[in-house]
Amino acid sequence: MAERENILELKDVVYSFHTYGGEVQAVRDVSFEVRKGEILGIVGESGCGKSVTAQCIMRLNPEPPGFFKGGEILFNGKDVLKMTKTELNNMRREDIGFVFQDPMTSLNPTMRIGAQIEEVFRGRKDVTKKEVKEKALEIMKLVGISDVEKRYRQYPHELSGGMKQRVMIAIALVSRPSMIICDEPTTSLDVTIEAQILDLLLELREKLGTSIIMITHDLGVIARLCDRVVVMYGGKIVEKGTVQEIFYETAHPYTKGLMESIARLDTEKGEKLKPIEGTPPDLFSPPKGCPFAARCEYAMDVCHELPPEQYLLSEEHNTCCWLQHEYAPETELKKPVIGKKGEVE
Amino acid sequence: MLKYVLKRVVAAVLTILVLITIVFFLVRLMPGEPFTSAKLTPEVAENMRSYYGFDKPMIVQYLQYMGNLLQGDFGYSMKYTNRTVNDIIGETFPFSADLGIRALVMAVSIGLILGIVSARNRGKKIDFFCVIVAVLGTSIPDFIMGAVLQYTFGIKWGLFPVARYEGIEYTILPACALAFYTLASVSRIMRASMLEVTSQDYIKTARSKGVSDLRITMKHQIRNAIMPVMTVMGPTVASVLTGTFVIESIFAIPGMGKYYVESVSNNDYSMVLGMTVFYGIFLVTCNLVVDILYGVADPRVRIGKR
Repeated sequence: MAERENILELKDVVYSFHTYGGEVQAVRDVSFEVRKGEILGIVGESGCGKSVTAQCIMRLNPEPPGFFKGGEILFNGKDVLKMTKTELNNMRREDIGFVFQDPMTSLNPTMRIGAQIEEVFRGRKDVTKKEVKEKALEIMKLVGISDVEKRYRQYPHELSGGMKQRVMIAIALVSRPSMIICDEPTTSLDVTIEAQILDLLLELREKLGTSIIMITHDLGVIARLCDRVVVMYGGKIVEKGTVQEIFYETAHPYTKGLMESIARLDTEKGEKLKPIEGTPPDLFSPPKGCPFAARCEYAMDVCHELPPEQYLLSEEHNTCCWLQHEYAPETELKKPVIGKKGEVE
Repeated sequence: MLKYVLKRVVAAVLTILVLITIVFFLVRLMPGEPFTSAKLTPEVAENMRSYYGFDKPMIVQYLQYMGNLLQGDFGYSMKYTNRTVNDIIGETFPFSADLGIRALVMAVSIGLILGIVSARNRGKKIDFFCVIVAVLGTSIPDFIMGAVLQYTFGIKWGLFPVARYEGIEYTILPACALAFYTLASVSRIMRASMLEVTSQDYIKTARSKGVSDLRITMKHQIRNAIMPVMTVMGPTVASVLTGTFVIESIFAIPGMGKYYVESVSNNDYSMVLGMTVFYGIFLVTCNLVVDILYGVADPRVRIGKR
C-alpha cells in the first residue's frame, strides 16, 4: 500500500436525525479516507451507521430530518458540506456514483432503462444526444448486459434482479466517476449473481481505476474485494486496517465476534456458529463508554465508563479498544501498540 | 392490447345488461306507479296501463323493453306527454356535460397543482393552506357551497348572474361549486401519493445522479404519483358530467341531474331506466378509458404488448 493520494477524506463526521423520539446519533466521530484506485470495505451489522455514513458523502440522506453536527468531508480537497446545490449536483453527476442496496426498487418503474442511464448527462452541454446514447450503450456492454439495444428500450420490470443491479452499476459508472459507493450491492441477489457482480467491480477497478467504497455485512465479500477495511459499530469506527490485518491480526472483540459468527471451510461438522449475543446499542442515548461493552466478553470496568482511546497498531491498523491499553490484561487480541491518536502522525 | 380492450368491452356490455335487468325489476318494486295521479280517472289510468303494456306479464314487458333498447329506443316518458326519453336526455345532457367539463378541467388542473405544491412544501405554510382547502372542499356540502357562491359573487358583489344557464358568465359559479369537491379530493389524493413516491428508493437514485429537484418532481414523481388519482377519476368523471341534482336545482340549470331525481319521485319508469342505463354506459366507458390510460402511464400494467 504505497503512498497514494486520498480522493476522499472524512474527518470526525457526526450525523444525527431528528425524530419524534428525540435525536438519533447515527454517525459519531467517523474518520477514514479512500485513496485513488482503492477498494475500501465498510463492515458492520444492521443499523450500525454504514449506509448513513455512505450517503453522507453525497448528502443523500433526507435533510431534514438528518443533519450534520460536525466534521468535514473532503472530496478531492473540497468540502462537500460547504458545496452549493449546483456544485453538489455536479459532483453527484460527474464524480461519484452510488449503487443502492435493492435494485428492485431503486429504478423508476415508469422510465425506460436507457433514459434512466442517460439522465446522468442531463444538463450537460458538452455532449450531444447521440454521444450520450453511445456512452449508455457502451457502459451497458461493459457491465455485462446482453442485447443492449433491446434492453435500452425496456422498462425495469422486464429485467431480472441481476440485470437491474447491472443497470444500477451502469448508472453509477456512465459518467466515468473517480469513485463509486456500493451500498450492499449484492445483498438482495443470489450467490452466483453476487459473484458475477463482484468480479465486475474488480474488473472495473482494473479498467477504469475507479475507487470503490464497498458497504457490506458480509466478510466474504470484504476478503474477496477490498484493500482496506473499516469496521463500524454503534455509529463509530471500532477498527480499521488492511484486509490482512483485520483478518489475521484482529484487535477488536467485535471484529473477532463477526469472524466467529460466520461459517468457514474449516468449521467442523456439528460445530455451532458463535453469534454475538445481545443487541446493538440504542442510538437515542448511546452508552458513555465503549458502545460494544455491553456485549463484549472481554469487557472491563473502564469500558463502561470511558470511551476507548484510539490505538495505532501499524501504519494502517488502528482500533478503539481499552484492551490495547498498557495496563489491560494479556489477551489474544492485545497487540504491540505503536502510538495513540494524536501522538503519532 | 386490442385483445385486452375487446375483453374489457365484452365485460362492460355484460355489466350493463345486468344493470338494466336489476333496475328494470327494482323500479317496479317501488311503491306506487306512474298513473296514480288524482287527476286521472280509473278508466283513463287503466287505458294508460295497457297502452304502456303494464297488463302483460313482467317477463314479456322485460323482453319488449330489451328489444327496443337494442335499437337505441328508451321509450316514451310516462310523465312528460309525447316526449321520448331519448329526447329528454338529448336536450338536458349537453347542459350537464358542458357544466361538468368546465368543472372537471378546473378541478383536475387546480387539484393536481395544489397536491404537487403542497407535497413539495410539506410542513410549510403553503402546505397547510392546501390541506385546509382540501378539508373544506371535502366537508362542505355542495348546496351550502352553491348558496355561498351565489350570495357573495352574485348578490353581494354582483359579479356573476345567480341562476339560469344562458352564456359563459352563467357557467362560472355553478362550475366552481361543482368543482370544489372534486378539486379537494384530487389534491388530497395527489398530495398523499406524491409524499409516498418521495420516499421511494428510485427518488434517491435520481438524486444520486445529480438530477435537479424540479426535474425529479416533473419526471420521476408526478408520473408515478398520478395513478391513484386516475383510479378515482373514472367514477368522478361519469358522475360530474351527467349532472348533479343539487347544483342544477340551486342554479336553475336545465340539466340531467334534476330530471333524474324527479323521474324517480314521479315513478316515471322509462325515464328512470333510460337515465340509469345512460349513466351506466357512461360510467363503464369512463372506467374503461381509465384502465387503458393506466397502461399508458404505467408500463407494468401494459398487457400483451407483443
